[in-house]
Amino acid sequence: MQTITQKQLIDKAVSLLESGTVSWVIGWEKGEFDYDITPAVFKNAEDVKEKFVWNDFCGANFSKYLIAQTGKCEGKILVFLKPCDTYSFNQLLTEHRFDREKVYAVGIPCDGMVDISKVKAVCGEGISAISCDGENLSVTTIYSDAPVLVKTEDALLERCVNCKSKKHVAYDELLGEDGDVIDSARFDEVAKLEAMTPDERFAFWQNELSRCIRCNACRDACPACTCEKCVFNNPNSGVENKAAANSFEEKMFHIIRAFHVAGRCTDCGECSRVCPQNIPLHLLNRKFIKDINEFYGDYQAGAEVGSRAPLVNYTTEDLEPGEIFDRGDLDA
Amino acid sequence: MQMKEYKPLIVAFCCNWCSYAGADLAGNNRLNYPADVKIIRVPCSCRVNPMFILRAFQRGADGVIICGCHPGDCHYTSGNYFTRRRMALLFSMLDFLGIERERTRVEWVSAAEGAKFAATMNDFAEQVAALGENKRLEDLRCKR
Amino acid sequence: MRKCSLTAIDTVFAEIAKSMPLYLPVDDSDGSASYRKWEEGKAWSEKLNTVSSPKDFFFPQMENLMEFKTEGKNIEVIDVRNETEDFAIFGVRPCDVKSFDVLDRVFLSEPVDSYYANRRAHGVIVSVACTRPSETCFCQTFGINPGEPCGDVSVWKTEKEIFFEANTEKGAEFLKKIDGLTEECGTEAVEKQREDINTIMNKLPLKDVTTEAFGGGKTMDFFNHPAWEELSQTCLGCGTCTFVCPTCQCYDIKDFNTGNGVVRYRCWDSCMYSDFTKMAHGNNRTSQKERFRQRFMHKLVYYPENNDGLFSCVGCGRCLAKCPISMNIVKVMKRIGGAENE
Repeated sequence: MQTITQKQLIDKAVSLLESGTVSWVIGWEKGEFDYDITPAVFKNAEDVKEKFVWNDFCGANFSKYLIAQTGKCEGKILVFLKPCDTYSFNQLLTEHRFDREKVYAVGIPCDGMVDISKVKAVCGEGISAISCDGENLSVTTIYSDAPVLVKTEDALLERCVNCKSKKHVAYDELLGEDGDVIDSARFDEVAKLEAMTPDERFAFWQNELSRCIRCNACRDACPACTCEKCVFNNPNSGVENKAAANSFEEKMFHIIRAFHVAGRCTDCGECSRVCPQNIPLHLLNRKFIKDINEFYGDYQAGAEVGSRAPLVNYTTEDLEPGEIFDRGDLDA
Repeated sequence: MQMKEYKPLIVAFCCNWCSYAGADLAGNNRLNYPADVKIIRVPCSCRVNPMFILRAFQRGADGVIICGCHPGDCHYTSGNYFTRRRMALLFSMLDFLGIERERTRVEWVSAAEGAKFAATMNDFAEQVAALGENKRLEDLRCKR
Repeated sequence: MRKCSLTAIDTVFAEIAKSMPLYLPVDDSDGSASYRKWEEGKAWSEKLNTVSSPKDFFFPQMENLMEFKTEGKNIEVIDVRNETEDFAIFGVRPCDVKSFDVLDRVFLSEPVDSYYANRRAHGVIVSVACTRPSETCFCQTFGINPGEPCGDVSVWKTEKEIFFEANTEKGAEFLKKIDGLTEECGTEAVEKQREDINTIMNKLPLKDVTTEAFGGGKTMDFFNHPAWEELSQTCLGCGTCTFVCPTCQCYDIKDFNTGNGVVRYRCWDSCMYSDFTKMAHGNNRTSQKERFRQRFMHKLVYYPENNDGLFSCVGCGRCLAKCPISMNIVKVMKRIGGAENE
């Protein structure tokens, strides 16, 4: 359950719309069920009052939408940003992807978003209603008379389980309390893979990446993937492809995509959240983040506007590519 | 039936200002290095995009080596410093995906180091030959 | 109708697998299900449906059409087609079976797509009734009864038993293979299951979605509808909906230069992509709104116009479950489909 209420957000949006501070609002719109929430651009207060929702299923990161929407809107746009979204927001500002003057950012605290597939793993299909009740989700299905209780904590998205920060790094106004950067266990899974043998790692990724259907959802949802024309969509690039012909092309797409956002990826976790095949894509990005931290010093993309990303920076003392595997005990 | 002797195909990206000249010197000095090393000249080692490396593997390379000026000696002042970071991260990622780390290398070879160029290529070819054919980053369509 | 005990199901699979490859939904490491070739130790998934649809069996995501080799000034064209071996797909849901009708009308009408026809002729479809539909199911909207699986063989699974009935000659042939493992039986248990399913169907949240407003000849009713702008405004332009859809049938044909020849292949395309149907003059749909509209107009208006009123959606609910922004055909139908859908 979220500490900040839907009513607070609606009131804020309505008052900003009515005072003329903002013209549009990017927010979450209710769906057919209680969990299928669609990002939407609200253009008047009536729509906000009628359709705006805020609950445990508002996972979408709105930062990337600002690129397109600030180009269309005459006035200012109100955007609600969860702590992790603010990192993407800053990163996009660093890359000059939208006009800061056209955005009114309201930071909102987040207590973690729920992964509906984890809920379904407990209560099965046929959900007719979900309500948040303190620490539990109360799930009613058409197959059971009594609601099933699912602990919210057990059903969080992977990125929320390993939440890296409850601190907002950008906002014009903050609703509720600001939190702190969290010393999370987000690199544990990467370390576990690193400890495997190359054969085991190869088998692991072969299994994961072979499920990829190249829908490009990871790329299109990613706030760091903002190229006007992706190399994989460009017929003149020589590598354009719409489907992976074999395991090489599966790997190529994901290696190149992860590399292209390396140093710019804020670890917002949208790629894994949207993947229809549940491929743990965040592990590729986290591997780069972990390596960058270890090779060149701790760096969090988006923590501050204007910081120089590690891959467009260097020192004369950098590690040689030949030395990366011989570092032995890192703490030594 | 006699088995065809396996010889690794190696793609070497060499920077125009140092390593390519180093390769030239190796040739002028009649130094031996494997004929299966195919040199691709690039303006600077930092011109090498990760995609070049993957594409080389796709097209049948068994090993890829990137050669540039020694750090500090870049014709464009800082190009090879960027190469160093990029390749460190890329190689680490390839290793993370279970691809043999011995198939890729970065080496700094100046225009005066003909002998180093030849020695590097001999050594790298040997290292790749020991691994055998590139199976983990192969595209069978390109092998027919 | 014939039946066998559910405990004997692996024996049944083993018997079938002796004569032809058998594919069925199997649980994946991530908790979802996908079609895999059956082999000893692989268990039939309990999941309602697979993430990717079984259209892959007849219309694979990527297939080679032909190859070219050049020698001097000669170009040799190599036909890579092979007659497919017989295979069976077990556990196809009734909605997905119906999707094959949609694909058939595209690929089997003149000029017949020989690649598709080849696979279709050799595939046996064993369909199973859905006893526990999901909230995302709306197959009734398209006249599909999940208690009445069709395909070559219909299967009903109860708690302890599994019932088989052949619907086609191919199906009868198929059932003969497992004759020794099954016994003749009455239809009472199946009747009972059908009734139960009917009761459940009446409880589904999307049971009232209707296609009444849509169909052939309605292009101008919807094409300039003001809601397209609003519905598509946060669409990411990814291809998830089209790639998990059992009825999406658009493809692209491309050449791949292998360095020693050319492979001409085709792969699924998505109307959500910016380079969809890109031609020499450029692109005919330049905004996401137009691409988004194309997808739904195709399913609800253009396709029925060319195919005797058959809609190109079967209500499987995959796009409802998988769209990253939860925008889907139900929301579109409700928004622009008029009062009937309110």
